[in-house]
Amino acid sequence: MRAAVHSPLEPTARAKWFAGVVVIGYALITLIPLVWIFMTGFRTPSDAIAYPPKLIAQPSLVGYVNLFTTRSRVGAEELAALPPPATWYEGVVREQQMILAGPSRFADRYANSLAIGFGSTLLSVVLGTLAAYAFSRFRVPGKDDLLFFILSTRMMPPVAVAIPIYLMYRHLGLNDTHLGLILLYTVVNLSLAVWLLKGFMDEIPREYEEAAMVDGYTRWQAFVKVVLPQASTGIATTAIFCLIFAWNEYAFALLLTSGTAQTSPPFIPTIIGEGGLDWPAMAAGTTLFLLPVLFFTVLLRKHLLRGITFGAIRK
Amino acid sequence: MAAVPVVPGVREAGGAILSRAARSGGQGLSDRALAWCFVGPTLVLLLAFNIFPLLWTVFLSFTNYRANRPNAELAWLGISNYRRVLGDEAMWEHMRATAHFLCWSIALQLLLGFALALMLNRRFRTHSFWSTAILLPMMLAPAVVGTFWKYFFEPQYGIFNRFVELFGGPGNLTMLGDTTLSPWAIVLVDTWMWTPYVMLLLLAGLRSIPAYLYEAAEIDRASEWTKFWRITLPMVMPFIILALLFRTIENFKMFDLVDQLTNGGPGSVTELASIALKREAFEKWRTGYASAFAIILFVAIYGLSLITVRFLDRVKQR
Repeated sequence: MRAAVHSPLEPTARAKWFAGVVVIGYALITLIPLVWIFMTGFRTPSDAIAYPPKLIAQPSLVGYVNLFTTRSRVGAEELAALPPPATWYEGVVREQQMILAGPSRFADRYANSLAIGFGSTLLSVVLGTLAAYAFSRFRVPGKDDLLFFILSTRMMPPVAVAIPIYLMYRHLGLNDTHLGLILLYTVVNLSLAVWLLKGFMDEIPREYEEAAMVDGYTRWQAFVKVVLPQASTGIATTAIFCLIFAWNEYAFALLLTSGTAQTSPPFIPTIIGEGGLDWPAMAAGTTLFLLPVLFFTVLLRKHLLRGITFGAIRK
Repeated sequence: MAAVPVVPGVREAGGAILSRAARSGGQGLSDRALAWCFVGPTLVLLLAFNIFPLLWTVFLSFTNYRANRPNAELAWLGISNYRRVLGDEAMWEHMRATAHFLCWSIALQLLLGFALALMLNRRFRTHSFWSTAILLPMMLAPAVVGTFWKYFFEPQYGIFNRFVELFGGPGNLTMLGDTTLSPWAIVLVDTWMWTPYVMLLLLAGLRSIPAYLYEAAEIDRASEWTKFWRITLPMVMPFIILALLFRTIENFKMFDLVDQLTNGGPGSVTELASIALKREAFEKWRTGYASAFAIILFVAIYGLSLITVRFLDRVKQR
């Protein structure tokens, strides 16, 4: 932070006003897509493809109901002969001249995303913390080369990595398994975790551990009882970055999973195909998928810069 | 491999004293052993999931292996896969598409991002709220972004055309179905998504400029224009280059957004390198050929990364 500066350097009121208009204008335009997707989730399929697009439409839960269900179309007489719907969502399905056939796979895919996201985040943060501590405090032979090597693993195009991994997983029976994706995401996130956490560890004064070790702690005890609590913000920040990466990842998930272990990103686009052009269901799925990330982004805002530059720029 | 000076020497000296103290304490593992225990699992994983696969790809790139016929006889082709990739007119077409996408998306992002950073740096009221709002797109899943932009680009009911109309343009563009327009569609969506990234980096650059430089310029009665060209731009330059490198690497690898938005089409006008690689490897199953292509891409990106790390270091030392 630079020291508080006064009049000559402070922008004039007019300059500030202009800046505000430009930034707010950009922000509003750039947020239209997100708002529009959120709104589309609460529309009926016919409102979603209305021409010209409607700014205001009657809110509806059809998108969300369609997202979580599979349905089949029935004739009018058959529909009339049915007993009244048992639940509100069955009612929503009936209004579309359809009957409920069962749950869709969206919840499964969402659960896969959660399991794989949290599993890989846990692993990469644990391993990354240990490695980062070692790189920060110990004399590791070839440290600089190792650190560069760790970073360079992030530079391979995922599709290129997927070729040998696909073959390797086929031999090991790991294609389309949770474990396979967890391991892979762990490795991809490790580079970020090591670099970010090393930066955080470097900021913790060594004197704390030295004092603890003079008091008779072993190095391990000093690490667990002194360094880890100090690094907790850094560890939490790193964990969120790893989680967002795993949550958003598409290429590996597309190429290495097909059913059991498929995550949301390759699944969401297929929603549209399930019932014709069901944009509201796609928008509903997108909304549910993006909300956690938006929440974490706001939470992380102070550390975003650090995360996206691998810890190089800290402010 | 490049040596990157990361830790200042003072720290090293402190570490040596510490480790002697720990060893003389005699309890627990020695620091050296502990260091290897700490780094070991990470290195083993990286070897298993990066180095080994990379070597395997190199091996496959010299063969005619096809992943969909694992039992076929393997023939050694030498460097002929590489020759075929580099001599293939279609491959150069993909490279041209990648270059178009790279140049335009990055130029637009730098321009917009810099402008926004300059404006945000004026610290008007509520500026921090709006900067967070602007940042949101870059954290989203690119594949999902590609999916919902497909909806906006729908010629009839999509909002993109209505928006173009609002600004006096033609309201009947088929952004994803037209061979001249769709390369711009991917540039547009990528710019929407990643301008915030450049903005954030450059804002950090602007805020790192010491105030006394401007104070001195003020005393010299320098004009705003002079201050921008003589102080702001040179001081932010390392950050601009860093943003340029980061974005170049990321967009060189670009797959998810474009795969969903256009899937390389119409025809193959938006078939960027990674999309072409997916087609070769996972649709045509020419694994050996695709491996050679992957290695060529890797070498190109690895070179860029080397430069980036050098630069990260220089920025860090400031």
